Amino acid sequence: MLPGIYRWIHILAGIMWIGLLYYFNFVQVAALKAAQADSTAAGITKHVAPRALFYFRWAALVTWIAGAALLGANFGAAFTFQAGYEKIGLGAWLGTIMLLNVWGIIWPNQKKILGIKPATDEEKNKARRVAFLASRTNTMLSIPMLFFMVAQTHIAI
Amino acid sequence: MKNPLDSLWGTVISGFVLTVILYYVVKALAGG
Repeated sequence: MLPGIYRWIHILAGIMWIGLLYYFNFVQVAALKAAQADSTAAGITKHVAPRALFYFRWAALVTWIAGAALLGANFGAAFTFQAGYEKIGLGAWLGTIMLLNVWGIIWPNQKKILGIKPATDEEKNKARRVAFLASRTNTMLSIPMLFFMVAQTHIAI
Repeated sequence: MKNPLDSLWGTVISGFVLTVILYYVVKALAGG
């Protein structure tokens, strides 16, 4: 019963995390550019982005914790690519790198961009670029990450 | 050279290319 619950939470939180990641990359980046052109960007940066980032970063953490719980005693075998665990191990590593990206790079830089942490205009511009590239990196990594998570039980390699 | 991550579709294509590369890495790891 418990592994099923962990899997359910892992998928629920994972949909929220990756769904918001795709929202940022497929929708918000382009929308912000258009909104800046007609001076309506504040609606996104003040009211949408902080809420989306809140659910994004916490969903990332819940996804990882539920995934780790789901691996349970196989956690070490997956992360060290033991026989039979190569696919889920790679998926787990990619997910871990993505989580570290969220909490270690994207969120600290977003705090400067959104004015939660004081920053000069130059620091804000640098933070925008770093957060953008980290977010794009996570979008890129999500593609193989999801492939190998699915592959563990559904794709023969 | 332009960074493929600057473009949305460059990012998506990079993800698919990375998937193919990692597929062969895992295949080699698994002794296939």
